[in-house]
Amino acid sequence: MRTTSHELSGWGRTSPSVATVVDASAGDLTADTLERLASQRGVIVRGLGRAYGDPAQNGGGSVIRLAPGPILLDPASGTVRVGAGVSLDELLRHIVPRGWFVPVSPGTRFVTVGGAIASDIHGKNHHVDGSFGAHVDSFTLITADGLSRLVTPRDDADLWWATIGGMGLTGVVTEATVRLLPIETSRCVVDTERVPNLDSLLDRMESGDHRYRYSVAWVDLVASGASLGRSVLTRGDHATLADLDEHGAAGGDDPLAFGPPSLVVVPPGLPNLLSRVAVRAFNEVWYRKAPRSHRGIESITGFFHPLDMVGHWNRLYGRPGFLQYQFVVPFEAVDTLRSIVTAVSNSGHASFLAVLKRFGPESGGMLSFPTPGWTLTLDLPAAAPGLAQLLADLDRRVLDVGGRHYLAKDATTTPEVIRAGYPRLDEFLAVRRRVDPNGMWASDQARRLDLL
Amino acid sequence: MNNAVAQPQTVVVLGGTSDIGHAIVTELVSPVLRNVVLAVRRPDDVDVAALSFGDAEIVVVPFDAEVPSSHVGVIADIVERVGDIDVVIQAFGQLGSPGLVDPVEAATLAQVNYVGAVSSGLAVAGQLRRQGHGTLVVLSSVAGVRTRASNFVYGSTKAGQDAFATGLGHSLAGSGARVMTVRPGFVRSSMTTGMDEAPFSVDPVDVGAAVAGGLRRKRTVVWVPGILRVVMELLRFAPDAIWRRLDR
Repeated sequence: MRTTSHELSGWGRTSPSVATVVDASAGDLTADTLERLASQRGVIVRGLGRAYGDPAQNGGGSVIRLAPGPILLDPASGTVRVGAGVSLDELLRHIVPRGWFVPVSPGTRFVTVGGAIASDIHGKNHHVDGSFGAHVDSFTLITADGLSRLVTPRDDADLWWATIGGMGLTGVVTEATVRLLPIETSRCVVDTERVPNLDSLLDRMESGDHRYRYSVAWVDLVASGASLGRSVLTRGDHATLADLDEHGAAGGDDPLAFGPPSLVVVPPGLPNLLSRVAVRAFNEVWYRKAPRSHRGIESITGFFHPLDMVGHWNRLYGRPGFLQYQFVVPFEAVDTLRSIVTAVSNSGHASFLAVLKRFGPESGGMLSFPTPGWTLTLDLPAAAPGLAQLLADLDRRVLDVGGRHYLAKDATTTPEVIRAGYPRLDEFLAVRRRVDPNGMWASDQARRLDLL
Repeated sequence: MNNAVAQPQTVVVLGGTSDIGHAIVTELVSPVLRNVVLAVRRPDDVDVAALSFGDAEIVVVPFDAEVPSSHVGVIADIVERVGDIDVVIQAFGQLGSPGLVDPVEAATLAQVNYVGAVSSGLAVAGQLRRQGHGTLVVLSSVAGVRTRASNFVYGSTKAGQDAFATGLGHSLAGSGARVMTVRPGFVRSSMTTGMDEAPFSVDPVDVGAAVAGGLRRKRTVVWVPGILRVVMELLRFAPDAIWRRLDR
């Protein structure tokens, strides 16, 4: 176990705080050790720090970084027992060549299994497969009493559903058994369509998403007028061997080869390069270069994790950092969705490509974000004047139609907004009082949003 | 905890009756601002009903800059009541009588403006260190950059407070806590009512806006107005005879 003191922030690099950072393996986390680490201002576990705001930092307290742990693949049951500190990157490098894929992949491979459970992450397949928590059979959780217990939804449903999506506030997940998806190849068959505006995008997604396992639209939020909401819609599934043959793709190569490239690493110390002019130009090129309609074969990285090819891309926003705003509104709230897209487009903020996705059913996590409806995600430079007012306005519009905000992205909102979006918050707090009566687990976000 | 757009949830004003302190808090009002703590010498004299900072709850606590031994306790009490403190504004201070020469009055001025700033500043710094985040905003003055015959006692206390604040900021590097030193010129406030205005005079609202902007940009020093930074850098090198002539 190694202990240092340093500044931590989220991926958006916006509100740092200094904590005692402890690199530990699951075995180090005895009752005595946890008691000692929690004595100042509590403890939180941090994965790879990809949450945008402050859930994986704990100013003045302790932050545990968990060593990766084992990857034990069981092909017979199609499951993997995996250490919570293992990243999806490491996991994919292990399982893809053996013909398996993670049940849910977010837009980056650089999240840990523990983080995937704590945020109950979703991917482009949520409308079909639900969130990550829906594919976990069991996990091992170290609770505030120092006990390491195996949790399943059968024997302690409350603790299970408080932990899935619970932002690490019920204990430390050290290991999980996750059901995997069998794949024949490491490629995807992808249909790409250029869509001229928001209304036709919504139409296409509503009528056609069910035909694909994966679906997501990249929306240009700088475009306005008749081009408001112009987008590139990409939908696909894992390619079979027959698909590869049909497309004459990579014949002779190992169909399960997986070696994600890293093209470039952004150096530190840059100013914000994503000004409105730059973003507008980028969005224009990106929209124009997309095919009107095309079916092709793409790699896992190209389809799922394109930004992972640019190391430290968050540095492109310079020292002030950026934030990612993600909300979900019910399917019927199309007018609200349209009004938000219009408001962002009119606001003059340089929102880099936004992502629109349709969510399927809830997983059951008390603080899980996904709920049926449209979810829109947009990146904004944090230093932009007037940004706070815009976001407060968007918060209201989202809540007015019964929507909610994603805790793994949130960096700006209020306790009231979270409480309004999460009707099961009190249930969550009751479980916390049961398993953590003295408040061992704490994070900056939990203090900021009254999740304790 | 400040959010990603530098909006604080809790603001503390040491010297909570200060016009400039109120103007800064007004600039920091947002939907996330929950608590405004006014630390004042005579809590009974504060008419809370007459004050409004958005939807924030206003808490008034007793604080006497002249009693250093109480300062750690005052900060602890505040934290006990409102939790983490995100922004603390050191806004108390006295100007002293015009042409002050009385040694006892001068000592009192030094006690409040300098000694009180040192002890309360360290008490705040201790708490910010413990919580791993937060900013102490110190209201210094250009009067301390180069002292003048007409208010050199005041100026010397501000010079001391300013040097303390910038040094404290260095000492806090790596702790998550920060210090922002604010150097306004002549501010038209209740403290300066009836005095002749100096060049580059500003209103409390200007100081408020400059401080809020400085907090957003994580500045360590803010001059109000900004041009004073250049003016004072030049005046520091003016020959004594000229410097005295400028001080009318």
